[in-house]
Amino acid sequence: MLGLGVDRLQADINRLLASLFHQGVLDEQFLQLQQLQDDTSPNFVYDVINIYFDESEKLLRNLRLLLMDREFSDFKKIGLHLNQLVGSSSSIGARRVRNVCVAFRSASELNNRLGCLRGLEVVEHEYHYLKNMMHELFQLEQQRLLAAGVRYPM
Amino acid sequence: MGMAAESQFHVLAVDDSLCDRKLIERLLQKSSCQVTTVESGSKALEFLGLRQGLQSNDPNELSTSPHIHQEVEVNLIITDYCMPGMTGYDLLKKVKESSAFKNIPVVIMSSENVPARISRCLEEGAEEFFLKPVRLADLNKLKPHMMKTKLKNQKLEEIEEASKDETALVEPEIKDSTKIEILPLQQDLQLVQQEEQTLCTNNKRKSMEEGISTDRALTRFDGITTTV
Repeated sequence: MLGLGVDRLQADINRLLASLFHQGVLDEQFLQLQQLQDDTSPNFVYDVINIYFDESEKLLRNLRLLLMDREFSDFKKIGLHLNQLVGSSSSIGARRVRNVCVAFRSASELNNRLGCLRGLEVVEHEYHYLKNMMHELFQLEQQRLLAAGVRYPM
Repeated sequence: MGMAAESQFHVLAVDDSLCDRKLIERLLQKSSCQVTTVESGSKALEFLGLRQGLQSNDPNELSTSPHIHQEVEVNLIITDYCMPGMTGYDLLKKVKESSAFKNIPVVIMSSENVPARISRCLEEGAEEFFLKPVRLADLNKLKPHMMKTKLKNQKLEEIEEASKDETALVEPEIKDSTKIEILPLQQDLQLVQQEEQTLCTNNKRKSMEEGISTDRALTRFDGITTTV
């Protein structure tokens, strides 16, 4: 009885990860993150991903504020923000977010505000999809830990 | 104190992204390195002790400034290229221009693969250029670079420890030196030692070029200094 809960949850985790890799949402860098997690740093993946979320949301907020301004013209600043997003996304294995940021960055070099707003929407969409998937993954892992921690008296 | 006894390498990692700092820190820990992370080039220089005005030749300054080998031994600097303010390249230049730190190996990281950027950094003295995301395998390439400075610093420390015991007994017989300002008086011995240690690694090659053997210098000076 005990084993089933853990096994089923592990299967759910594996299935979710496989799907995310298959969709190209994550790439092998995410596996590298997992390999860096161990007993001395048991929450490494969770911590890094959350730092990524904080940093990214600040950048996305700034981008939106900049672009909502009709008088906006500082496209170089857009590029700088996007460089950061590209960098941190590739660091955690967020392949699709990284790719749409790169596309957005190229488009921003055309100095077209509305084009940039469209680019930003795509990035925001991919980012939120990733965030939801990560939350689901962390929840499953949390449940699996709990299930594995249950001990029936012998 | 006791840095010579530590078997771990100490790496200074510089990156403006907290996410990347966490990652490089973990990678370095996994590689059994001690890590200090800072968020900018100027913070890195501060950590090294390279503040403006600290690099003077004022004897009073020297005795109060951080004694490099004992307090802030850094075996490698690994820095992001793209940072606001001082870029990784700017930091690299500053380190290589500093007499005290030019021998610390510097590695540059970047998420952009720009060949011109890479060659510029290597030309300026960077040991390696890593494309992000950095992998554990990349860090394995760094051990030989760090080993070089570690052994050098250990040797200098041992010499210094030995000479501290002898200051009361030995009168410096530093003759025929064309590179160091010689102050033969006892109370200036410490000043000479400190100066020589920071110049040591720079002068080693110079002295070898000028035909002065460092080994000969060692035996002549009874362990006070390793180079002339």
